[in-house]
Amino acid sequence: MESIAMTRQMLDGDKMIVNMGPSHPTTHGTLRIVLELQGETITKATPEMGYLHRGVEKLAESLSYQQFIPLTDRLNYCSAIMNNVGYSTAVEKLLDIQIPKRAEQIRVLVSELSRIADHIVCVGVNAVDIGAFTAFLYLFKQRETVYDLFEMAAGQRLHTSFTRIGGLFRDIPEGFVPATERFLVECSAAIDELERLLTHNPIWHDRTKGIGAISAEDAVNWGYTGPCLRAAGVPQDLRKAQPYLGYETYDFDIPIGTTGDVFDRYLVRVEEMRQSLRIIRQVLDRLEPGPVMVDDPKVALPPKEKVYTRMESLIHHFKLIMHGMEMPVGEVYSATEAANGELGFYIISDGGKNPYRIRVRPPCLPIFSSFEDQVKGGLIADAVSVLGAMNIIAGELDR
Amino acid sequence: MVIEHIDAQIPGAILDRHAFRGDQTIVVAKENLLSVVDLLHREGFQLLVDITAVDWPEREQRFDVVYHWLNLASQERLRLKVPVADGESVPTLALQFKTANWFEREVFDLFGIRFEGHPDLRRLLTWEDFPGHALRKDFPLDGGDVFCMEACTAPYNNGERN
Amino acid sequence: MAEMNINDAVMTTRLDAVVNWGRKNSLWPMPFGVACCAIEFMSMMSSKYDLSRFGAEAMRFSPRQSDMMLILGTITNKMAPVLRTIYAQMAEPKWVISVGVCASSGGMYRTYATLQGVDRVIPVDVYVPGCPPRPESMIYGVMKLQEKIEKESMSMRKDHIQRFYDSLARQESIQAEKGLTSQQTIREMLMDAGERGVGTIF
Repeated sequence: MESIAMTRQMLDGDKMIVNMGPSHPTTHGTLRIVLELQGETITKATPEMGYLHRGVEKLAESLSYQQFIPLTDRLNYCSAIMNNVGYSTAVEKLLDIQIPKRAEQIRVLVSELSRIADHIVCVGVNAVDIGAFTAFLYLFKQRETVYDLFEMAAGQRLHTSFTRIGGLFRDIPEGFVPATERFLVECSAAIDELERLLTHNPIWHDRTKGIGAISAEDAVNWGYTGPCLRAAGVPQDLRKAQPYLGYETYDFDIPIGTTGDVFDRYLVRVEEMRQSLRIIRQVLDRLEPGPVMVDDPKVALPPKEKVYTRMESLIHHFKLIMHGMEMPVGEVYSATEAANGELGFYIISDGGKNPYRIRVRPPCLPIFSSFEDQVKGGLIADAVSVLGAMNIIAGELDR
Repeated sequence: MVIEHIDAQIPGAILDRHAFRGDQTIVVAKENLLSVVDLLHREGFQLLVDITAVDWPEREQRFDVVYHWLNLASQERLRLKVPVADGESVPTLALQFKTANWFEREVFDLFGIRFEGHPDLRRLLTWEDFPGHALRKDFPLDGGDVFCMEACTAPYNNGERN
Repeated sequence: MAEMNINDAVMTTRLDAVVNWGRKNSLWPMPFGVACCAIEFMSMMSSKYDLSRFGAEAMRFSPRQSDMMLILGTITNKMAPVLRTIYAQMAEPKWVISVGVCASSGGMYRTYATLQGVDRVIPVDVYVPGCPPRPESMIYGVMKLQEKIEKESMSMRKDHIQRFYDSLARQESIQAEKGLTSQQTIREMLMDAGERGVGTIF
């Protein structure tokens, strides 16, 4: 196969090489696609990634399990809490501990808020790339409200690091539940507004229907998961298929598409936003008071009042910080349904303070690797639509 | 259970198996990899979720190439491990499972394990002439950069340090 | 225009003041958005925080049409030559704001793959710490840059920009001579500089 150095050369006669990225206007992070064009038609597309490879998996081997949590925030930075929840669930599976009920409910609540925020970015930025700027501006107001909620709960807007191994960082404050109720009403109205702008818009139909279609067998063969797989017609959602955090007790639907094209992916994401609002409503209705951290001194830091007054709490605190948690020797793979698909954490522990190996299974890597198949034979303008609908977040793609 | 089917149809393929926290793992030699994978595909394990590798430098067969499979119909998961030594190569799954293409490139980039028959085996996350393979246990975290681990800033006055 | 030799001190000061006033109130940003800070940048450009109040609404993703580069996110060693090329393509006068700790110093990623601070490879004017910095912090960074521009003199080309172009020429000659990729060339220049105890390669 020719190397990427071909960018500098013109091929014979009428083919042209156009380089998209790694610094380009579509704000999907740093990717590079080398397109070979015949006129406006794409004959070949070579994606290249790794421009945001920060060495997270190697760094994990020198950090403790708790210290890895801020690194998980920065994976899919549009929906940071879902990464925290996924990782904490994996370590809790390794430790075989059960977190308190309230912690599970709040984790579901913030995960669904995060899912809405991620879909807002995906749909908004996809629309901006195609030229529909208004949808982005209207939706971002809702994302700002979600940031306000996160700031109330965790103290930070974007990279919250809200979960800890065994539960949550802290309980949600007083004003959180009323603010979330207001958000439910506003967001519902905003999604209606978005649908009025885009769903029956003939220009949107022209730019997105039939573009990037993929069949169900191909999608499974390419390793798709998440909204792109569901848009292709495969009813796979880990929240229903392999429930975690009590998802089997909530009442919600999974939108399934038919053709897998960009329009179906857009519709699936919009409907998922509505279903997330439904789940949040149910969580708020059944939220009950209780602890948010497991009561195991080998895993959770004891409360400060006890550390300062009781000897054994002081010792537990010291041991947890200096020697880390007591981990069993073994390996575990745990996956959650993140906004982009199946976010998996494969953790190998050798019993020591630091993990032996942490592997992050990025949901958008298989989706991005199928880019050439999706755009070959199409027009260059369609490459932009397809890239937007794939929701490539470079943080989790490259780690 | 699919593990019994593998035992019945390809006897001796499974070198080891264990289950931990509900995860099923089998260890298979690389010569039997393609036939076991064919069987898994026919049994419904059609979604190849992940390919990665782990480095155990004290072992003679230093690397473990780890495959994760998901059966969409029964929602069962299976982990398949193939031990290889340094310098050995593993048959590729990229022709049958298109998702394996980039996952195997990543394993090659970070560990140096080659995959025979791969259509385009080049580095994925680091650049073409990156020296070494990053996730091996003998590769330093800072990649040999003295500056990386020192607590210094790069000030503005002609690049000289104060 | 930069080479004007006007000997009348009052006239020069007045001209400087007028030109700097124009420049600082019409900074067109080029967002070099690579990671999470770009999401906070999107918030900053939206209506709640709104950078366009400062004259910086015309967000151009092309380096040839902008004068302020905002580096938003972690710059890895694979991205470093791209950053240098884009910086070289900007027309003078140009300024760089390094947003976030990853761009300013490598952040929490002290690894083989991350560039430990963008100021190792290009000259930086303002650093905005935070992970990610709040939109208000980023706006404060732009305001600090405006204060810096106010005090500049337009008659002299800045020393660090000239050194940057010299280092670019050095990089190209090393690349041609050893046949390496641009990433590996910069990595070798960086390791060389690190061993000599110098932070930057320009």
